[in-house]
Amino acid sequence: MNDTTRHHIFLGGTAFLAVSVVAVPALADEASIGDTVIQLAYSVDTFYFLMSGALVMWMAAGFSMLEAGLVRSKNTVEILTKNVALYSVACLMYMLVGYNIMYGDALNSIIPGLSFFLGADNTVDEVLKSGGETYYSNMSDFFFQVVFVATAMSIVSGAVAERMKLWAFLAFAVVMTGFIYPVQGYWKWGGGFLDALGFLDFAGSGVVHLCGASAALAGVLLLGARSGKYSKGRIKAIPGSNLPLATLGTFILWLGWFGFNGGSELKISNVVEANAVSMVFVNTNTAAAGGLVAALLLSQFWFGKADLTMILNGALAGLVAITAEPLTPSPLVATFVGAVAGLLVVVAIISLDKLKIDDPVGAISVHGVCGTWGLLAVAFTNPEGSLVAQLTGIAVIFSWVFGTSFVVWMILKMVIGIRVTEEEELEGVDVAECGLAAYPEFTKD
Amino acid sequence: MKKIEAIIKPFKLEAVKEALTEIGITGMTVSEVKGYGRQKGHKEMYRGAEYNVDFNPKIKIELVVAADLVDKVVETIRGAANSEKIGDGKIFVLPIEDVIRVRTGERGKDAI
Repeated sequence: MNDTTRHHIFLGGTAFLAVSVVAVPALADEASIGDTVIQLAYSVDTFYFLMSGALVMWMAAGFSMLEAGLVRSKNTVEILTKNVALYSVACLMYMLVGYNIMYGDALNSIIPGLSFFLGADNTVDEVLKSGGETYYSNMSDFFFQVVFVATAMSIVSGAVAERMKLWAFLAFAVVMTGFIYPVQGYWKWGGGFLDALGFLDFAGSGVVHLCGASAALAGVLLLGARSGKYSKGRIKAIPGSNLPLATLGTFILWLGWFGFNGGSELKISNVVEANAVSMVFVNTNTAAAGGLVAALLLSQFWFGKADLTMILNGALAGLVAITAEPLTPSPLVATFVGAVAGLLVVVAIISLDKLKIDDPVGAISVHGVCGTWGLLAVAFTNPEGSLVAQLTGIAVIFSWVFGTSFVVWMILKMVIGIRVTEEEELEGVDVAECGLAAYPEFTKD
Repeated sequence: MKKIEAIIKPFKLEAVKEALTEIGITGMTVSEVKGYGRQKGHKEMYRGAEYNVDFNPKIKIELVVAADLVDKVVETIRGAANSEKIGDGKIFVLPIEDVIRVRTGERGKDAI
C-alpha cells in the first residue's frame, strides 16, 4: 500500500497499454483513444480500490462478531457499542487530521506535517496529463486508508474487553486514530524514514496489526486482568458466550482480508497487475488455511481437544502473518508462513496467560506476535527484504505505539479512570455502561 | 395422593414421557435444572485452561398420582431413565394434601 517502490515498478503498465492501443487503429482519432484508455484504466483501478475498501470496512463487522462471541453474555452490548463507536471515531479523526499527517507534506522523514481536512480530487486534465501515472481517485485512496485505521483500533477493543470503561476507551481511540497510528503510518506508507530504510510491509502486518497490538498491550498492562481470571495461582477459564458468532466473525474477517491484502496492490488494470492481485488472493487464502490447520493440530495434540477458539485464532494468525508480503512467496511458502503463525498463536496465548496478561480474544497474540513473525518472514520470502530493515521497523513501530499509548492510557487512568468498579464488572458492563442487556429474554419477559 | 419428583438425564426425557403416557399418565410438569450428586461435575477445556462444571444440567419431572399408582409410575420412570451409568438421577415420592383444578374447582383425585 502506497509503497513507493511498488508504485514506480508498475507505473509503466498503463502507459504501455495506452501506447500499444494507440498504435493500432488507423481510422480513429489516436489521441482520443489514448485518453479514453487512460480514463478507463483510472476508473477500473478506482473501482477496484473502492470495492477493496468496502471489503475492509466489513472487517469491522468481523471484529464485532468475533469479540461479541468471545466475551460473556453480560458484556455483549458494551463490546458491540465499542466496536461501532470506534469505527466511527476512526473515520472522523482520520478525515479531520489523520490522513493528512500520514500522507500530507512532511517536515522531514521523521516528523510528519500537520494539516486538516481532505483536499480536492484529480481533474480529468491532471489525469490525462500524467499519462496514466495518476491512476486512482484521491477520495478512493482516503476511503481505502481510513478503513485500515479502524482495523487497527478494532484490535484494541478485544484485548481490553469486559472491564474497560467505554468512555476511556473512546478517548483513547481519538488519540490513536488521529495521531499515534498516522505518525507511524507516515514513516512507512507515507514515505518516511522506515520506507527509505527498505522496511517492507505490503498491507500492514506492522503498520496496522503490530500497531494495534502494541496499543492493546499497553492498555492491558495498565488495566489488569478480569477479576477472578488469575486467582489462587490458577488460570481460570472464562468461556466465550457464543461460538457461532465468533466463527461467523472469523469468516467475515477472512473475507475482508481479500480487500485488505488484495486492495493493497493498488492497481489491477493490466495483465501484470491482475496476475499480482490474483496471487495475493491465493496466498492470503492459503495462509489462513495453513494457520487454521496448524492451530487445529497443535490444539489436539497439546490439549487433547480441538479447541474451536484456538482454531479460529489460527486462521487469523495466518492472515496477519501473510499481510506483510502476500505477493512474492509461492502458495506453498505462503501456507508455511501461515502455518507457523498458527502454531505461534497457540503458544503465545498460553504464554501470555502464564504471564497473567489477560487478553480475552487473543488479540495481542494474533496481531502482535504473528504480525512480528510476518514481518520477519518477509526477509526470506521477498528477495528485496532485509532482516535488519525488518527488525528496525518492528522495533520502531512497537516502541512508538507502545510508548505513546502507555502515556495516553496512563493519563486517562489518572484523570477519569480506565477500569469499571468490581461490582460493575461482576454485574456485567452491559447494564453498568449501556443500561441494557443483549439477551433480555433470559432474565425477564 | 403422592407427588413424584424425578431428576433425570436431559436426553432421557422423551423416553420417560412416552413410557408414562403408555401407562396412562395424562400430565406432568418439566423443568430444566442443574445439580450434582455422587456423579459430581465434570471438566471442560477452554483455550488451554481446564475448568470445572460443578452443576450438571438435568431435567426435573413433577407429577401427582393416586397412591396406588406410585409403584408403577416409579418403576416406569426407572425403566425408561436408566442408562446404568452414574448420574442417571433420583426419584422422590412426597405426600400431597390436596389438589385443586383451577377451572372447575374440583378437589382431590378428581382434579389429578
